[in-house]
Amino acid sequence: MSTREMPAMACPMPLAVKSHVVLGHGSGGRLSAALMRDIFLPAFGNPVLNELNDQAAVRLAPGRVAFSTDSYVVKPLFFPGGSIGELAVYGTVNDLAVGGAEPQYLSAAFILEEGLPLETLRRVVEQMAVAARRAGVTIVTGDTKVVEKGSGDQVFLTTAGIGVIPDGVTLGPQYVRAGDRILLSGPIGEHGVTILAQREGLGVSGELKSDSAPLTELCRALVKAAPGLRTMRDLTRGGLSSAMNEIAASARVGMSLEERKIPVSEAVRGICELFGLDPMYVANEGKLIAIVAPEDAEAALAAMRTVDTGVGAEMIGTVTSNRPGCVVMRTSFGTDRIVDMLAGDQLPRIC
Amino acid sequence: MKYLDEYRDEKLFRSQLARLKSIATRPWVLMEVCGGQTHTLVRYGIDELLPAGMEMVHGPGCPVCVTPVEIIDKAIALAGRPNTILVSYGDMMRVPGSESDLLQVKALGGDVRMVYSPTESVRIALENPNREVVFFGVGFETTAPANAMVAWQARRQGIKNLSLLSSHVLVPPAVEMLLSSPHNRVQGLIAPGHVCTIMGTGAYETLAAKYKVPIVIGGFEPVDLMEAIVMLAAQLEEGRSEMENQYRRNVREDGNRRARELLFEVYEVCDRKWRGLGEVAASGLRLSAEYREFDAELRFGLEDISVDEPAECISAMILQGLAKPKQCSAFGTRCTPESPLGAPMVSSEGTCAAYYLYRRHSGEMGEDLCVAGEAV
Repeated sequence: MSTREMPAMACPMPLAVKSHVVLGHGSGGRLSAALMRDIFLPAFGNPVLNELNDQAAVRLAPGRVAFSTDSYVVKPLFFPGGSIGELAVYGTVNDLAVGGAEPQYLSAAFILEEGLPLETLRRVVEQMAVAARRAGVTIVTGDTKVVEKGSGDQVFLTTAGIGVIPDGVTLGPQYVRAGDRILLSGPIGEHGVTILAQREGLGVSGELKSDSAPLTELCRALVKAAPGLRTMRDLTRGGLSSAMNEIAASARVGMSLEERKIPVSEAVRGICELFGLDPMYVANEGKLIAIVAPEDAEAALAAMRTVDTGVGAEMIGTVTSNRPGCVVMRTSFGTDRIVDMLAGDQLPRIC
Repeated sequence: MKYLDEYRDEKLFRSQLARLKSIATRPWVLMEVCGGQTHTLVRYGIDELLPAGMEMVHGPGCPVCVTPVEIIDKAIALAGRPNTILVSYGDMMRVPGSESDLLQVKALGGDVRMVYSPTESVRIALENPNREVVFFGVGFETTAPANAMVAWQARRQGIKNLSLLSSHVLVPPAVEMLLSSPHNRVQGLIAPGHVCTIMGTGAYETLAAKYKVPIVIGGFEPVDLMEAIVMLAAQLEEGRSEMENQYRRNVREDGNRRARELLFEVYEVCDRKWRGLGEVAASGLRLSAEYREFDAELRFGLEDISVDEPAECISAMILQGLAKPKQCSAFGTRCTPESPLGAPMVSSEGTCAAYYLYRRHSGEMGEDLCVAGEAV
């Protein structure tokens, strides 16, 4: 047998430098260390992570700890307005922020498919680092596994995050009351439609991009401006309709929305018409709804509009005591219809 | 958005509605044929704004709904076949067959691909020369030409590994069946605009004259539908029964001749079973002799699969406008979009599904089906 057919016999040490992810990168051996040294530490490096311990040991400010986790499997990995790396940071940050928390630390777990160009991984990691800086969080621990070619799809990412909810901030659907106002932070559907347009190879002009963004500052502004802030929720898969239905079901209240008040951009409307989608069900990655006591609603809306992720904010409806669990839309013709939960998935792998 | 906002314009809509109220003196019963029109009516609640007594009943024009269960079962059988790629539109994926649906077959390893254009299946067949590719297409005259293009291209390019599983139905025979029924309540008809874009207006002129029923070819936006309703009411009040064209921006008298030529090169008229209505004479299309080699049912020996509909489902009544969803004992309880008993609950354009989706809250439903928890 020639050495050409059995390279391992000719060279028992794996090459340290690779251009693509190989199974050894997840082995915990030298290749794993090289990945850490060459890709993760240069991007994420901070005193806690640099310790390279099995755990991150951190101090938290006083208050309740908010803890959340989410996985990211979007295809394509890079799209106008963002990438899987940004989604993985902002998604978890936003889950914490809408609970009234100040997001502080993230973990990041990567499942890589064998054969992934290291350059692609580097791009993802660098964009995560930029996103973490923008969102004011530190990535303090992580993990990498590699699966055989065909057992994954390039990169799957899981982040978990912790933040602190300052004393005195108590939010949740249980505080929602009939008469409260519903505020939406901006135009809906941009993320989902951008991914769809990318997948289908639609040549859409520059105005269409994912709304992927951290909502920490917006949440902070709302907490400060509205003592009567009841609950917030970020809109992701399932869109505005799912978020509204979830709150309606857990708070046992009705929701009455005004169709004409819900902002949708021309580009999103156009793509939705083309593909037969309803923007109410399309994913967002940088939008939230806030439910606020009526007396604080105007102040809350004004505060949202001072933050760049809330300039397009609108008051879109009212909480009612009618039909608990039900979201009803008042159409522009003055009739009512139900806004239901999505029965299945409108699109695969959007976030 | 141009060509859309104008037809959702509130002022224009209100002025049409005011006109309707000024001319309608009797409780006319009108039917919109197409599922897309039903969807708009129910979504915007247009039927609830009509003058007292005037009623919209919903017709049989949802293509996914009227596709017989056995066709879905055939698609499922093909998708589970080794070395086969089943290609279809997204809205066919969730349609339940008698035991499964295409999404489940896909989850279990079947190669099922969702496309937005039927001719993508030609590309898929060329890229996979060692596998059988089946395009699964259903629909009315509107979608038939695009589906016909698959067989046309396969024949021209000599593609041997591509075939069609298709179930096409024609609107005029179904309309004729319900207008000629002794139980018919429909006094005026909104004909499907997109079908007429292809087929032209002739068939509806004949139907209007034969059954002395005014027919207006209508569009799909709120202003379109309200204008069509006004036109029908005007005819009824004046005792006329003519074919008129409200959807002039798309429908020409002779339709789309080239699409029709392609359609009747690839397909020929046949008797066809409609889900919920049963067999309707000369109401369907099948591949013509010249194209029969592309018929997946023949190629893979699927002709024998047949399924009975659940007895509780009153879809035949619903599809003919003889009953509303709320009159069904299973509506919203034993029959929902997640587990439909029959045709009109299957697709979002189906009448029962539209009522379920947009109107569970309505007191008109008898009981309020929208309570906490059930909305999920």
